[in-house]
Amino acid sequence: MRPRSLFEKIWNNHTVAADLNGADLLYIDLHLLHEVTSPQAFEGLRQAGRKLRRPDLTFATLDHNVPTSTNRMIINDVLASSQVEALRRNCAEFGVPLFDLDSPDQGIVHVIGPELGLTQPGMTIVCGDSHTSTHGAFGALAFGIGTSEVEHVMATQCLLQKKPRTMLVNFTSKLGPGVTAKDLILALIAKIGVDGAAGHAIEYAGDTIRALSMESRMTICNMSIEAGARAGMIAPDEITFSYLKDRRLAPSGKQWDPAKSYWHEHGSDPGATFDKTVEFDSASLAPFVTWGTNPAMAAPVTECVPYPEKAANESSRNSMARALEYMGLRPGTPMEEIAIDRVFIGSCTNARLEDIRAAARVIKGYRISNRVQAMVVPGSQKVKHAAEQEGLNRVFQEAGFEWREPGCSMCLGMNPDRLNPQERCASTSNRNFEGRQGAGGRTHLVSPAMAAAAAITGRFTDIRAWHYKD
Amino acid sequence: MQPFKTHTGIVAPLQRENVDTDQIIPKQFLKRIERTGYGDFLFFDWRFKSDGRPNAEFELNEPANRRATVLLTGKNFGCGSSREHAVWALRDYGFRVVIASSFADIFANNCIKNGLVPVVLSSDKVAALMTRAAAGPLSLKIDLEQCMATAQDGFSCPFQMDPFQRTCLLEGTDEIGATLKCLKQIEAYEASRQTFGSVNC
Repeated sequence: MRPRSLFEKIWNNHTVAADLNGADLLYIDLHLLHEVTSPQAFEGLRQAGRKLRRPDLTFATLDHNVPTSTNRMIINDVLASSQVEALRRNCAEFGVPLFDLDSPDQGIVHVIGPELGLTQPGMTIVCGDSHTSTHGAFGALAFGIGTSEVEHVMATQCLLQKKPRTMLVNFTSKLGPGVTAKDLILALIAKIGVDGAAGHAIEYAGDTIRALSMESRMTICNMSIEAGARAGMIAPDEITFSYLKDRRLAPSGKQWDPAKSYWHEHGSDPGATFDKTVEFDSASLAPFVTWGTNPAMAAPVTECVPYPEKAANESSRNSMARALEYMGLRPGTPMEEIAIDRVFIGSCTNARLEDIRAAARVIKGYRISNRVQAMVVPGSQKVKHAAEQEGLNRVFQEAGFEWREPGCSMCLGMNPDRLNPQERCASTSNRNFEGRQGAGGRTHLVSPAMAAAAAITGRFTDIRAWHYKD
Repeated sequence: MQPFKTHTGIVAPLQRENVDTDQIIPKQFLKRIERTGYGDFLFFDWRFKSDGRPNAEFELNEPANRRATVLLTGKNFGCGSSREHAVWALRDYGFRVVIASSFADIFANNCIKNGLVPVVLSSDKVAALMTRAAAGPLSLKIDLEQCMATAQDGFSCPFQMDPFQRTCLLEGTDEIGATLKCLKQIEAYEASRQTFGSVNC
């Protein structure tokens, strides 16, 4: 048989009907819901008198607009509250399990799917959220969809999709100390551009990837969409299987061995071909910091804010000049001289236990800068609980950080956690778009360790030279 | 959904690349549970100053562009968040067509579901139209049956669209209804699909 890629295997395994006018009808194994992109879909279902086809393959959580303060059972924002209530009513009416604010499993949708063992290799996974690509770290085909498609999956458990092209990104060599998955994906996006993978499903491979934990792999797949990719995926291996073992909703007992051998088949065959291939040597990579208003506008922390006049063409020159004006930055300023006001450690990109630990290790024994306000928002109740068991909440609180309840929080500022106009933030999230964290706010994307170091020094600081006090 | 055959309307040029959905509809307007009423918030942070007054420098606020129904913009339009609210806002504001040199994938899918026509033209053609639109009100006809964009001044350019997307727009397909016609195949797939024990919460 012709060698097939991981992507092709999953696509073929899930094709219910091929080539309906150029699109394939794909079966969806797991549908995740949250409060912001689902209410109109439930309403559409209701109006058409349709049923939710597979409530057993559908799970919901509250994450996007919920407050992260301790006392959050009453939400003061009337619109946010009505959206939360709508999800509760809809889940009750249609029989969908909901991880509500008082559930020990509540958290950001892309953090809890893997954590519960719902996310498994070989699956098709969708959610009305562009960062659904996160789940691809397990060797699943996972992608974000709009609300009309959410309704389509609710009614049919299928989606009509045009087959994307494929791209292989081959990361080779070992990452240097202090350099993380976040730096790797930011550097890749800077290299290929915010539309560099448009229309493609990416498979990340190479020895750099093989050495990464599942949590780091999730960080990489999470930001695939920031390069325009339809999905990002990594073939499963022993690291994947040991992450899944004993997860509550993963196969167990007699199911484990057959599941594992099925998962094992989900790698690209030797000789599988891709429409595009990108080679990336990770050896000399430095920590990255974004300086502009899209994730490709990024540079190593050792460099300076770039000069628009050196851009390749007029339109990039205009985009850069516009971005620098918005960001309040002068070309030629060393990245390490950019002073910050706020630090946000959170989001589906970087709020898992590994991220919290990495940040805690940096700040241990230090106090945050007087001019900085900093917060940690764990990705889920489980992450929060595990970190508290290790005493990490105290490390953060003693350093001057706020330690908050799980949710999307200041990654998109739908809840009260927001930047004020012109405030500059070192953020572990995924988007530095204008106004993303609050109207007029200025976001710089970094790794958790880099965000933690910036909180202490009040400016971007090369984590590779950090004096750890542990 | 209403079938789309042709549309003729004034072109509003928005000369920017990589316009993300956070700009098209900022997050504070995503808390509503309806599909309608988003037009007032389209490009909110660009259209309005912080005191709520219209920003005269923003392209859509120029008097010539107020009646525009065709948006003309740079590459990778609609990148970022999957929020369909971005398409609802463009439709509700009055746009029927968006022309760009490329679109983000999820945004383009969302367009198709709502009868907003994403037309891809080469960057050269987009630049040519930008120049024409900047010189004065430009009326453009988009013919989806012929896949042709034409202006009164002689501009004429064919475009290509994915056959699936084009058919959905031309016929105003109810996709869910169409998929449910494959119910037997869905049931057959479900009967043989690989699972490892039922998931119970």
